[in-house]
Amino acid sequence: MLRASLVLLVALVLAPSAAADGRQLYLEGCASCHGLDARGIEGRGPDLHGAGAAAADFYLSTGRMPLAEPTDQPLRSDPEYSRGEIDQLVAYIGSLGGPPIPDVHPEQGSVRHGLELFSENCAGCHHMTGAGGIVTNVVAPSIWDATPTQIAEAVRVGPYVMPHFGPRQIDDAELNSLVSYVELTKSPDDRGGWALGHVGPVPEGMVAWLLAGAALVLVARVIGNRAR
Amino acid sequence: MKRWLIALLMLLLGRGQKPRQLPPPDRVLDAEPPRSPGSELLVVVLLLGAAAAAIVFVVVYALSANTQLLGLSMGGALVLLAAVFYVVAKRLVPQSESDEPYPQLIHQPEQEEVARTFDESASRLTRKRLLVVAAGTAGTALAVAVVTPLASLGPILDTNRLYRSPWRRGRRLVDASGKPLKASEVIERSIFSAFPEGADPKDLAAPIVLVRVDEGELDLPEGRESWAPDGIVAYSKVCTHAACAVSLYRAPLNEPTAPKPALICPCHFSTFDPAKGASVLFGPAGRPLPQLPLEVDGDGYLVAGGDFSGPVGPSWWGVRKR
Repeated sequence: MLRASLVLLVALVLAPSAAADGRQLYLEGCASCHGLDARGIEGRGPDLHGAGAAAADFYLSTGRMPLAEPTDQPLRSDPEYSRGEIDQLVAYIGSLGGPPIPDVHPEQGSVRHGLELFSENCAGCHHMTGAGGIVTNVVAPSIWDATPTQIAEAVRVGPYVMPHFGPRQIDDAELNSLVSYVELTKSPDDRGGWALGHVGPVPEGMVAWLLAGAALVLVARVIGNRAR
Repeated sequence: MKRWLIALLMLLLGRGQKPRQLPPPDRVLDAEPPRSPGSELLVVVLLLGAAAAAIVFVVVYALSANTQLLGLSMGGALVLLAAVFYVVAKRLVPQSESDEPYPQLIHQPEQEEVARTFDESASRLTRKRLLVVAAGTAGTALAVAVVTPLASLGPILDTNRLYRSPWRRGRRLVDASGKPLKASEVIERSIFSAFPEGADPKDLAAPIVLVRVDEGELDLPEGRESWAPDGIVAYSKVCTHAACAVSLYRAPLNEPTAPKPALICPCHFSTFDPAKGASVLFGPAGRPLPQLPLEVDGDGYLVAGGDFSGPVGPSWWGVRKR
Protein backbone atom coordinates (compact mmCIF):
# COMPACT_ATOMS: atom_id res chain seq x y z
CA MET A 1 0.00 0.00 0.00
CA LEU A 2 2.76 2.36 1.03
CA ARG A 3 4.71 1.32 -2.06
CA ALA A 4 1.76 1.90 -4.34
CA SER A 5 1.24 5.31 -2.85
CA LEU A 6 4.90 6.09 -3.33
CA VAL A 7 4.74 5.05 -6.97
CA LEU A 8 1.65 7.22 -7.41
CA LEU A 9 3.38 10.14 -5.70
CA VAL A 10 6.41 9.77 -7.95
CA ALA A 11 4.17 9.50 -10.98
CA LEU A 12 2.32 12.64 -9.96
CA VAL A 13 5.56 14.53 -9.41
CA LEU A 14 7.00 13.35 -12.71
CA ALA A 15 3.86 14.09 -14.69
CA PRO A 16 4.08 17.63 -16.00
CA SER A 17 0.44 17.85 -17.04
CA ALA A 18 -2.81 16.01 -17.59
CA ALA A 19 -1.98 15.82 -21.29
CA ALA A 20 1.19 13.85 -20.55
CA ASP A 21 -0.79 11.42 -18.37
CA GLY A 22 -3.30 11.22 -21.17
CA ARG A 23 -0.55 10.36 -23.61
CA GLN A 24 0.52 7.51 -21.37
CA LEU A 25 -3.04 6.18 -21.26
CA TYR A 26 -3.26 6.71 -25.01
CA LEU A 27 -0.16 4.63 -25.69
CA GLU A 28 -1.56 1.81 -23.57
CA GLY A 29 -5.15 1.78 -24.79
CA CYS A 30 -5.47 3.52 -28.14
CA ALA A 31 -2.18 3.42 -30.04
CA SER A 32 -2.73 -0.09 -31.45
CA CYS A 33 -5.34 1.35 -33.82
CA HIS A 34 -4.65 5.07 -33.96
CA GLY A 35 -0.85 4.74 -34.07
CA LEU A 36 1.90 5.79 -31.68
CA ASP A 37 1.87 9.30 -33.14
CA ALA A 38 -1.97 9.42 -33.31
CA ARG A 39 -1.71 9.76 -37.08
CA GLY A 40 -3.99 6.76 -37.59
CA ILE A 41 -3.36 3.32 -39.06
CA GLU A 42 -4.83 2.55 -42.48
CA GLY A 43 -7.75 0.14 -42.16
CA ARG A 44 -7.83 0.36 -38.35
CA GLY A 45 -8.27 3.79 -36.83
CA PRO A 46 -8.37 7.36 -38.17
CA ASP A 47 -5.88 10.20 -37.62
CA LEU A 48 -6.75 11.99 -34.37
CA HIS A 49 -5.08 15.28 -35.26
CA GLY A 50 -7.97 17.69 -35.60
CA ALA A 51 -10.48 15.34 -33.95
CA GLY A 52 -10.43 17.60 -30.92
CA ALA A 53 -11.51 17.36 -27.31
CA ALA A 54 -15.15 17.17 -28.44
CA ALA A 55 -14.64 13.88 -30.30
CA ALA A 56 -12.43 12.38 -27.58
CA ASP A 57 -14.88 13.25 -24.82
CA PHE A 58 -17.84 11.94 -26.85
CA TYR A 59 -16.26 8.61 -27.74
CA LEU A 60 -14.74 7.92 -24.31
CA SER A 61 -17.54 9.17 -22.05
CA THR A 62 -20.17 7.16 -23.98
CA GLY A 63 -17.99 4.05 -23.80
CA ARG A 64 -17.80 3.86 -27.62
CA MET A 65 -14.00 3.70 -27.47
CA PRO A 66 -11.91 1.63 -27.08
CA LEU A 67 -13.43 -0.70 -29.66
CA ALA A 68 -12.97 -4.49 -29.61
CA GLU A 69 -12.69 -4.69 -33.42
CA PRO A 70 -11.85 -1.68 -35.57
CA THR A 71 -14.57 -2.61 -38.08
CA ASP A 72 -17.33 -2.80 -35.43
CA GLN A 73 -19.84 -0.01 -35.14
CA PRO A 74 -19.03 1.91 -31.94
CA LEU A 75 -22.08 1.65 -29.68
CA ARG A 76 -22.86 3.11 -26.29
CA SER A 77 -21.65 1.06 -23.32
CA ASP A 78 -20.21 1.62 -19.87
CA PRO A 79 -17.10 3.82 -20.13
CA GLU A 80 -13.83 1.90 -19.98
CA TYR A 81 -12.05 4.73 -18.20
CA SER A 82 -12.82 6.72 -15.06
CA ARG A 83 -13.82 10.37 -15.43
CA GLY A 84 -10.33 11.42 -14.34
CA GLU A 85 -8.66 9.23 -16.97
CA ILE A 86 -11.09 10.47 -19.63
CA ASP A 87 -10.17 14.06 -18.74
CA GLN A 88 -6.47 13.21 -19.19
CA LEU A 89 -7.07 11.49 -22.54
CA VAL A 90 -9.28 14.39 -23.66
CA ALA A 91 -6.53 16.82 -22.69
CA TYR A 92 -4.03 14.86 -24.77
CA ILE A 93 -6.25 14.49 -27.88
CA GLY A 94 -7.33 18.12 -27.48
CA SER A 95 -3.67 19.17 -27.54
CA LEU A 96 -3.46 17.72 -31.09
CA GLY A 97 -5.91 20.36 -32.32
CA GLY A 98 -9.60 20.33 -33.20
CA PRO A 99 -12.90 21.53 -31.80
CA PRO A 100 -13.22 21.96 -28.01
CA ILE A 101 -16.01 20.41 -25.95
CA PRO A 102 -19.07 22.54 -26.81
CA ASP A 103 -20.57 24.66 -24.07
CA VAL A 104 -24.27 23.84 -24.16
CA HIS A 105 -27.12 25.40 -22.17
CA PRO A 106 -30.42 23.66 -22.97
CA GLU A 107 -32.22 25.87 -20.45
CA GLN A 108 -31.51 28.85 -22.72
CA GLY A 109 -32.99 27.15 -25.78
CA SER A 110 -36.51 27.08 -27.17
CA VAL A 111 -38.07 23.61 -27.27
CA ARG A 112 -40.32 24.65 -30.16
CA HIS A 113 -37.42 25.79 -32.32
CA GLY A 114 -35.50 22.72 -31.20
CA LEU A 115 -38.28 20.48 -32.48
CA GLU A 116 -38.09 22.17 -35.90
CA LEU A 117 -34.33 21.75 -36.03
CA PHE A 118 -34.59 18.15 -34.87
CA SER A 119 -37.21 17.24 -37.47
CA GLU A 120 -35.13 18.92 -40.17
CA ASN A 121 -31.72 17.49 -39.30
CA CYS A 122 -31.97 14.54 -36.91
CA ALA A 123 -35.37 12.82 -37.09
CA GLY A 124 -34.61 11.02 -40.35
CA CYS A 125 -32.24 8.68 -38.53
CA HIS A 126 -32.97 9.04 -34.82
CA HIS A 127 -36.79 9.16 -35.14
CA MET A 128 -38.85 12.14 -34.01
CA THR A 129 -38.98 10.65 -30.52
CA GLY A 130 -35.23 10.10 -30.29
CA ALA A 131 -35.79 6.34 -30.08
CA GLY A 132 -33.24 5.67 -32.81
CA GLY A 133 -33.61 3.53 -35.89
CA ILE A 134 -31.55 2.12 -38.69
CA VAL A 135 -29.60 3.45 -41.63
CA THR A 136 -28.65 0.94 -44.32
CA ASN A 137 -25.97 -1.33 -42.77
CA VAL A 138 -25.70 0.60 -39.50
CA VAL A 139 -27.72 1.38 -36.38
CA ALA A 140 -28.84 4.91 -35.54
CA PRO A 141 -28.74 4.74 -31.74
CA SER A 142 -31.35 6.01 -29.31
CA ILE A 143 -30.29 9.38 -27.92
CA TRP A 144 -32.17 9.15 -24.63
CA ASP A 145 -29.07 8.18 -22.66
CA ALA A 146 -26.92 11.00 -24.00
CA THR A 147 -26.16 13.98 -21.80
CA PRO A 148 -26.67 17.50 -23.24
CA THR A 149 -22.90 17.82 -23.74
CA GLN A 150 -22.70 14.47 -25.53
CA ILE A 151 -25.54 15.45 -27.87
CA ALA A 152 -23.82 18.74 -28.70
CA GLU A 153 -20.54 16.88 -29.26
CA ALA A 154 -22.22 14.40 -31.61
CA VAL A 155 -23.77 17.26 -33.61
CA ARG A 156 -20.41 18.96 -34.06
CA VAL A 157 -18.25 15.85 -34.49
CA GLY A 158 -20.50 13.48 -36.42
CA PRO A 159 -19.39 10.19 -34.87
CA TYR A 160 -19.04 7.02 -37.02
CA VAL A 161 -21.30 7.56 -40.07
CA MET A 162 -23.36 10.45 -38.70
CA PRO A 163 -22.93 13.69 -40.66
CA HIS A 164 -21.61 16.60 -38.63
CA PHE A 165 -23.33 19.97 -38.51
CA GLY A 166 -21.44 23.23 -38.50
CA PRO A 167 -22.57 26.65 -37.28
CA ARG A 168 -23.91 27.45 -40.78
CA GLN A 169 -26.60 24.80 -40.29
CA ILE A 170 -27.00 24.85 -36.49
CA ASP A 171 -25.41 27.77 -34.64
CA ASP A 172 -24.66 27.66 -30.90
CA ALA A 173 -27.98 29.23 -29.89
CA GLU A 174 -29.83 26.75 -32.11
CA LEU A 175 -27.80 23.93 -30.59
CA ASN A 176 -29.16 24.95 -27.18
CA SER A 177 -32.70 24.70 -28.57
CA LEU A 178 -31.98 21.38 -30.23
CA VAL A 179 -30.63 19.89 -26.99
CA SER A 180 -33.59 21.27 -25.03
CA TYR A 181 -35.86 19.34 -27.40
CA VAL A 182 -33.80 16.17 -26.96
CA GLU A 183 -34.09 16.61 -23.19
CA LEU A 184 -37.87 16.74 -23.64
CA THR A 185 -37.89 13.46 -25.60
CA LYS A 186 -36.28 11.72 -22.64
CA SER A 187 -39.34 12.27 -20.45
CA PRO A 188 -42.19 13.46 -22.63
CA ASP A 189 -45.52 14.47 -21.17
CA ASP A 190 -47.49 11.29 -21.83
CA ARG A 191 -51.10 12.25 -21.37
CA GLY A 192 -53.51 9.42 -20.85
CA GLY A 193 -51.43 6.68 -19.30
CA TRP A 194 -49.21 4.33 -21.21
CA ALA A 195 -46.60 5.91 -23.40
CA LEU A 196 -46.70 2.96 -25.82
CA GLY A 197 -43.15 3.60 -27.04
CA HIS A 198 -43.89 7.20 -28.11
CA VAL A 199 -44.19 5.93 -31.66
CA GLY A 200 -47.27 7.93 -32.52
CA PRO A 201 -50.78 6.67 -33.15
CA VAL A 202 -49.71 3.18 -34.27
CA PRO A 203 -50.36 1.31 -30.97
CA GLU A 204 -53.57 3.26 -30.43
CA GLY A 205 -54.63 2.16 -33.89
CA MET A 206 -53.86 -1.46 -33.00
CA VAL A 207 -56.02 -1.18 -29.88
CA ALA A 208 -58.80 0.36 -31.95
CA TRP A 209 -58.63 -2.55 -34.40
CA LEU A 210 -58.78 -5.08 -31.56
CA LEU A 211 -61.76 -3.32 -29.95
CA ALA A 212 -63.51 -3.07 -33.32
CA GLY A 213 -62.86 -6.75 -33.97
CA ALA A 214 -64.35 -7.70 -30.59
CA ALA A 215 -67.34 -5.44 -31.25
CA LEU A 216 -67.94 -7.10 -34.62
CA VAL A 217 -67.87 -10.55 -33.02
CA LEU A 218 -70.38 -9.36 -30.43
CA VAL A 219 -72.68 -7.91 -33.08
CA ALA A 220 -72.46 -11.13 -35.09
CA ARG A 221 -73.35 -13.05 -31.94
CA VAL A 222 -76.37 -10.83 -31.24
CA ILE A 223 -77.89 -10.82 -34.71
CA GLY A 224 -77.12 -14.44 -35.56
CA ASN A 225 -78.95 -17.48 -34.28
CA ARG A 226 -77.29 -20.75 -33.64
CA ALA A 227 -79.00 -23.59 -35.53
CA ARG A 228 -80.69 -25.89 -33.10
CA MET B 1 -71.08 -14.72 -88.77
CA LYS B 2 -74.18 -16.41 -90.07
CA ARG B 3 -74.65 -18.26 -86.83
CA TRP B 4 -74.36 -15.01 -84.89
CA LEU B 5 -77.02 -13.38 -87.05
CA ILE B 6 -79.40 -16.28 -86.47
CA ALA B 7 -78.76 -16.16 -82.74
CA LEU B 8 -79.47 -12.42 -82.73
CA LEU B 9 -82.67 -12.94 -84.70
CA MET B 10 -83.86 -15.63 -82.30
CA LEU B 11 -83.10 -13.35 -79.39
CA LEU B 12 -85.08 -10.46 -80.86
CA LEU B 13 -88.03 -12.69 -81.75
CA GLY B 14 -87.97 -14.32 -78.36
CA ARG B 15 -88.10 -10.94 -76.62
CA GLY B 16 -91.46 -10.10 -78.09
CA GLN B 17 -93.15 -13.26 -76.89
CA LYS B 18 -94.89 -13.41 -73.58
CA PRO B 19 -93.54 -16.05 -71.26
CA ARG B 20 -95.81 -19.04 -71.15
CA GLN B 21 -98.08 -18.80 -68.16
CA LEU B 22 -98.08 -21.89 -66.03
CA PRO B 23 -100.96 -22.51 -63.66
CA PRO B 24 -99.87 -21.39 -60.19
CA PRO B 25 -98.65 -24.43 -58.31
CA ASP B 26 -99.86 -25.27 -54.89
CA ARG B 27 -98.13 -23.30 -52.21
CA VAL B 28 -95.49 -25.12 -50.26
CA LEU B 29 -95.50 -22.73 -47.32
CA ASP B 30 -98.59 -23.04 -45.18
CA ALA B 31 -99.58 -19.42 -45.13
CA GLU B 32 -98.91 -16.24 -47.00
CA PRO B 33 -95.95 -14.68 -45.20
CA PRO B 34 -96.89 -11.55 -43.27
CA ARG B 35 -95.95 -8.44 -45.21
CA SER B 36 -94.27 -5.56 -43.47
CA PRO B 37 -94.27 -2.41 -45.59
CA GLY B 38 -92.92 -0.38 -42.66
CA SER B 39 -89.71 -2.43 -42.60
CA GLU B 40 -89.39 -2.08 -46.35
CA LEU B 41 -89.67 1.68 -46.05
CA LEU B 42 -87.04 1.62 -43.31
CA VAL B 43 -84.72 -0.37 -45.56
CA VAL B 44 -85.24 2.12 -48.39
CA VAL B 45 -84.51 5.04 -46.06
CA LEU B 46 -81.39 3.35 -44.71
CA LEU B 47 -80.13 2.56 -48.22
CA LEU B 48 -80.65 6.16 -49.32
CA GLY B 49 -78.88 7.30 -46.13
CA ALA B 50 -75.92 5.07 -46.98
CA ALA B 51 -75.88 6.51 -50.50
CA ALA B 52 -75.96 10.05 -49.11
CA ALA B 53 -73.08 9.29 -46.71
CA ALA B 54 -71.04 7.87 -49.58
CA ILE B 55 -71.72 11.00 -51.65
CA VAL B 56 -70.64 13.13 -48.68
CA PHE B 57 -67.40 11.13 -48.65
CA VAL B 58 -66.75 11.97 -52.31
CA VAL B 59 -67.56 15.65 -51.75
CA VAL B 60 -65.33 15.90 -48.67
CA TYR B 61 -62.53 14.17 -50.56
CA ALA B 62 -62.82 16.62 -53.42
CA LEU B 63 -63.08 19.73 -51.24
CA SER B 64 -60.96 19.38 -48.13
CA ALA B 65 -59.85 15.80 -47.55
CA ASN B 66 -60.42 16.29 -43.82
CA THR B 67 -59.61 12.79 -42.59
CA GLN B 68 -62.03 12.91 -39.65
CA LEU B 69 -64.92 13.80 -41.93
CA LEU B 70 -63.81 11.20 -44.44
CA GLY B 71 -63.77 8.50 -41.77
CA LEU B 72 -67.09 9.65 -40.38
CA SER B 73 -68.85 9.62 -43.76
CA MET B 74 -67.43 6.30 -44.95
CA GLY B 75 -67.98 4.73 -41.52
CA GLY B 76 -71.55 6.10 -41.51
CA ALA B 77 -72.24 4.62 -44.93
CA LEU B 78 -70.98 1.20 -43.85
CA VAL B 79 -72.92 1.28 -40.57
CA LEU B 80 -76.12 2.16 -42.44
CA LEU B 81 -75.44 -0.68 -44.86
CA ALA B 82 -74.98 -3.03 -41.91
CA ALA B 83 -78.29 -1.78 -40.52
CA VAL B 84 -79.91 -2.56 -43.89
CA PHE B 85 -78.65 -6.13 -43.74
CA TYR B 86 -79.87 -6.44 -40.17
CA VAL B 87 -83.38 -5.23 -40.95
CA VAL B 88 -83.63 -7.36 -44.09
CA ALA B 89 -82.46 -10.45 -42.24
CA LYS B 90 -84.64 -9.93 -39.20
CA ARG B 91 -87.85 -8.57 -40.69
CA LEU B 92 -88.06 -9.30 -44.41
CA VAL B 93 -86.64 -12.77 -44.88
CA PRO B 94 -89.02 -15.42 -43.57
CA GLN B 95 -87.49 -17.48 -40.83
CA SER B 96 -88.00 -21.18 -40.84
CA GLU B 97 -86.26 -23.81 -38.90
CA SER B 98 -85.32 -27.15 -40.41
CA ASP B 99 -83.88 -30.18 -38.76
CA GLU B 100 -80.44 -31.46 -39.32
CA PRO B 101 -79.35 -33.57 -41.11
CA TYR B 102 -80.88 -32.03 -44.22
CA PRO B 103 -82.75 -34.54 -46.36
CA GLN B 104 -80.96 -35.59 -49.50
CA LEU B 105 -82.73 -33.97 -52.41
CA ILE B 106 -82.27 -36.57 -55.07
CA HIS B 107 -85.71 -36.50 -56.61
CA GLN B 108 -86.95 -33.91 -59.00
CA PRO B 109 -90.20 -33.02 -57.12
CA GLU B 110 -88.31 -32.40 -53.89
CA GLN B 111 -85.87 -30.11 -55.62
CA GLU B 112 -88.72 -28.18 -57.17
CA GLU B 113 -90.34 -27.83 -53.77
CA VAL B 114 -87.26 -26.25 -52.34
CA ALA B 115 -87.02 -23.88 -55.28
CA ARG B 116 -90.65 -22.89 -54.82
CA THR B 117 -90.17 -22.34 -51.11
CA PHE B 118 -87.41 -19.95 -52.03
CA ASP B 119 -89.56 -18.11 -54.55
CA GLU B 120 -92.50 -17.85 -52.23
CA SER B 121 -90.45 -16.47 -49.41
CA ALA B 122 -89.27 -13.67 -51.65
CA SER B 123 -92.83 -12.73 -52.46
CA ARG B 124 -93.13 -11.22 -49.04
CA LEU B 125 -91.85 -7.99 -50.52
CA THR B 126 -94.45 -5.51 -51.64
CA ARG B 127 -92.26 -2.86 -53.32
CA LYS B 128 -89.53 -4.95 -54.86
CA ARG B 129 -88.60 -2.50 -57.59
CA LEU B 130 -88.24 0.43 -55.18
CA LEU B 131 -85.99 -1.69 -52.98
CA VAL B 132 -83.88 -2.73 -55.94
CA VAL B 133 -83.51 0.90 -57.10
CA ALA B 134 -82.55 2.01 -53.57
CA ALA B 135 -80.02 -0.80 -53.23
CA GLY B 136 -78.59 0.04 -56.64
CA THR B 137 -78.25 3.70 -55.67
CA ALA B 138 -76.51 2.84 -52.42
CA GLY B 139 -74.22 0.31 -54.11
CA THR B 140 -73.27 2.73 -56.88
CA ALA B 141 -72.60 5.58 -54.46
CA LEU B 142 -70.45 3.34 -52.24
CA ALA B 143 -68.52 2.00 -55.20
CA VAL B 144 -67.82 5.55 -56.40
CA ALA B 145 -66.71 6.53 -52.88
CA VAL B 146 -64.35 3.58 -52.67
CA VAL B 147 -62.84 4.37 -56.06
CA THR B 148 -62.52 8.13 -55.42
CA PRO B 149 -59.11 8.02 -53.64
CA LEU B 150 -57.62 6.62 -56.86
CA ALA B 151 -57.75 10.21 -58.13
CA SER B 152 -54.86 10.97 -55.77
CA LEU B 153 -52.58 8.52 -57.55
CA GLY B 154 -51.72 11.24 -60.03
CA PRO B 155 -52.64 12.57 -63.40
CA ILE B 156 -53.73 9.89 -65.83
CA LEU B 157 -53.31 11.62 -69.17
CA ASP B 158 -51.54 14.93 -68.57
CA THR B 159 -48.16 13.75 -67.31
CA ASN B 160 -46.46 16.87 -68.66
CA ARG B 161 -46.82 18.69 -65.36
CA LEU B 162 -44.74 15.98 -63.68
CA TYR B 163 -41.77 17.32 -65.63
CA ARG B 164 -42.24 20.89 -64.42
CA SER B 165 -39.46 22.26 -62.24
CA PRO B 166 -38.67 25.68 -60.77
CA TRP B 167 -34.95 25.26 -61.41
CA ARG B 168 -33.40 27.46 -64.11
CA ARG B 169 -29.84 28.22 -65.01
CA GLY B 170 -28.46 30.89 -62.68
CA ARG B 171 -31.11 30.47 -59.97
CA ARG B 172 -29.47 30.70 -56.55
CA LEU B 173 -29.73 27.97 -53.91
CA VAL B 174 -31.19 29.10 -50.57
CA ASP B 175 -31.59 27.24 -47.28
CA ALA B 176 -34.91 26.66 -45.49
CA SER B 177 -34.80 30.20 -44.06
CA GLY B 178 -34.23 31.74 -47.50
CA LYS B 179 -30.56 32.57 -47.01
CA PRO B 180 -28.37 31.97 -50.09
CA LEU B 181 -25.79 29.20 -49.76
CA LYS B 182 -22.13 29.72 -50.54
CA ALA B 183 -20.06 26.92 -52.00
CA SER B 184 -17.52 27.40 -49.20
CA GLU B 185 -20.24 26.81 -46.59
CA VAL B 186 -20.95 23.28 -47.81
CA ILE B 187 -18.64 21.37 -45.50
CA GLU B 188 -17.57 17.77 -45.98
CA ARG B 189 -19.41 14.94 -44.21
CA SER B 190 -22.53 17.00 -43.85
CA ILE B 191 -25.90 17.23 -45.55
CA PHE B 192 -27.62 20.42 -46.67
CA SER B 193 -31.15 21.01 -47.90
CA ALA B 194 -31.70 23.80 -50.41
CA PHE B 195 -34.49 25.38 -52.43
CA PRO B 196 -34.66 27.61 -55.52
CA GLU B 197 -34.52 31.29 -54.59
CA GLY B 198 -37.89 33.01 -54.93
CA ALA B 199 -39.83 29.86 -55.81
CA ASP B 200 -42.44 27.93 -53.87
CA PRO B 201 -40.48 25.57 -51.57
CA LYS B 202 -43.49 23.22 -51.49
CA ASP B 203 -43.20 22.53 -55.21
CA LEU B 204 -42.37 18.83 -55.69
CA ALA B 205 -39.21 19.65 -57.65
CA ALA B 206 -38.03 22.44 -55.33
CA PRO B 207 -36.16 20.66 -52.49
CA ILE B 208 -32.66 19.34 -53.13
CA VAL B 209 -29.94 17.78 -51.01
CA LEU B 210 -26.35 18.90 -51.24
CA VAL B 211 -23.29 16.97 -50.16
CA ARG B 212 -19.62 17.51 -50.80
CA VAL B 213 -17.94 14.44 -52.27
CA ASP B 214 -14.20 13.84 -52.46
CA GLU B 215 -13.37 14.97 -56.01
CA GLY B 216 -11.17 11.92 -56.49
CA GLU B 217 -14.13 9.63 -55.76
CA LEU B 218 -16.51 11.46 -58.09
CA ASP B 219 -17.69 9.24 -60.95
CA LEU B 220 -20.71 10.96 -62.50
CA PRO B 221 -22.50 9.67 -65.61
CA GLU B 222 -21.25 10.94 -68.95
CA GLY B 223 -21.95 14.55 -69.79
CA ARG B 224 -22.15 15.63 -66.15
CA GLU B 225 -18.44 16.28 -65.64
CA SER B 226 -18.96 19.99 -64.89
CA TRP B 227 -22.07 19.53 -62.74
CA ALA B 228 -20.23 19.28 -59.38
CA PRO B 229 -18.03 22.32 -58.69
CA ASP B 230 -15.52 21.54 -55.88
CA GLY B 231 -17.13 18.11 -55.55
CA ILE B 232 -20.49 19.56 -54.43
CA VAL B 233 -23.32 17.45 -55.85
CA ALA B 234 -27.02 18.29 -55.72
CA TYR B 235 -29.88 15.81 -56.08
CA SER B 236 -33.64 16.04 -55.80
CA LYS B 237 -34.62 15.44 -52.18
CA VAL B 238 -37.75 13.54 -53.27
CA CYS B 239 -37.18 9.78 -53.36
CA THR B 240 -37.89 8.18 -56.74
CA HIS B 241 -39.67 5.32 -54.99
CA ALA B 242 -42.45 6.80 -52.85
CA ALA B 243 -41.60 10.51 -52.66
CA CYS B 244 -40.32 10.58 -49.09
CA ALA B 245 -37.64 13.14 -48.23
CA VAL B 246 -34.15 11.70 -48.71
CA SER B 247 -32.88 13.06 -45.41
CA LEU B 248 -30.30 10.51 -44.30
CA TYR B 249 -26.65 10.82 -45.16
CA ARG B 250 -24.34 7.99 -44.20
CA ALA B 251 -21.05 9.87 -43.92
CA PRO B 252 -18.25 7.68 -42.56
CA LEU B 253 -15.70 9.38 -40.36
CA ASN B 254 -13.15 6.68 -41.11
CA GLU B 255 -14.08 5.19 -44.44
CA PRO B 256 -11.99 1.97 -44.38
CA THR B 257 -13.78 0.67 -41.26
CA ALA B 258 -17.34 1.84 -41.99
CA PRO B 259 -19.90 1.61 -44.81
CA LYS B 260 -19.24 4.02 -47.67
CA PRO B 261 -21.05 7.33 -48.12
CA ALA B 262 -24.68 7.09 -49.20
CA LEU B 263 -27.85 9.15 -49.36
CA ILE B 264 -30.71 7.18 -47.84
CA CYS B 265 -34.47 7.56 -47.77
CA PRO B 266 -35.87 6.84 -44.28
CA CYS B 267 -39.14 5.34 -45.52
CA HIS B 268 -37.98 2.16 -47.25
CA PHE B 269 -34.19 2.58 -47.11
CA SER B 270 -33.55 3.20 -50.77
CA THR B 271 -29.82 3.92 -50.77
CA PHE B 272 -28.12 6.12 -53.37
CA ASP B 273 -24.45 6.67 -54.14
CA PRO B 274 -23.79 10.43 -54.18
CA ALA B 275 -20.46 10.05 -55.98
CA LYS B 276 -22.01 8.11 -58.88
CA GLY B 277 -24.95 10.27 -59.88
CA ALA B 278 -27.12 8.87 -57.05
CA SER B 279 -27.26 5.42 -58.62
CA VAL B 280 -29.27 2.98 -56.52
CA LEU B 281 -27.11 0.89 -54.16
CA PHE B 282 -29.95 -0.79 -52.29
CA GLY B 283 -33.68 -0.63 -51.77
CA PRO B 284 -36.89 -0.36 -53.76
CA ALA B 285 -36.13 2.81 -55.77
CA GLY B 286 -36.13 1.98 -59.46
CA ARG B 287 -33.99 4.84 -60.77
CA PRO B 288 -31.39 7.31 -59.49
CA LEU B 289 -32.32 10.61 -57.85
CA PRO B 290 -32.38 13.29 -60.55
CA GLN B 291 -29.23 15.39 -60.38
CA LEU B 292 -29.21 19.19 -60.53
CA PRO B 293 -26.20 20.75 -62.30
CA LEU B 294 -24.45 23.29 -60.08
CA GLU B 295 -22.30 26.34 -60.75
CA VAL B 296 -20.63 28.90 -58.51
CA ASP B 297 -21.35 32.55 -59.34
CA GLY B 298 -18.89 35.45 -59.06
CA ASP B 299 -19.70 36.05 -55.38
CA GLY B 300 -19.14 32.42 -54.42
CA TYR B 301 -22.84 31.57 -54.20
CA LEU B 302 -24.15 28.26 -55.49
CA VAL B 303 -26.49 28.56 -58.48
CA ALA B 304 -28.25 26.00 -60.62
CA GLY B 305 -26.59 25.23 -63.93
CA GLY B 306 -29.89 24.19 -65.52
CA ASP B 307 -32.74 21.79 -64.81
CA PHE B 308 -32.67 18.27 -63.36
CA SER B 309 -31.21 15.32 -65.25
CA GLY B 310 -34.63 13.64 -65.19
CA PRO B 311 -38.17 13.85 -63.84
CA VAL B 312 -38.50 14.37 -60.09
CA GLY B 313 -40.44 12.18 -57.69
CA PRO B 314 -41.92 8.70 -57.83
CA SER B 315 -41.88 6.93 -61.15
CA TRP B 316 -44.94 6.50 -63.32
CA TRP B 317 -45.70 4.92 -66.68
CA GLY B 318 -43.49 6.42 -69.35
CA VAL B 319 -41.14 8.10 -66.86
CA ARG B 320 -38.07 7.02 -68.81
CA LYS B 321 -39.38 8.14 -72.20
CA ARG B 322 -37.73 11.56 -72.14
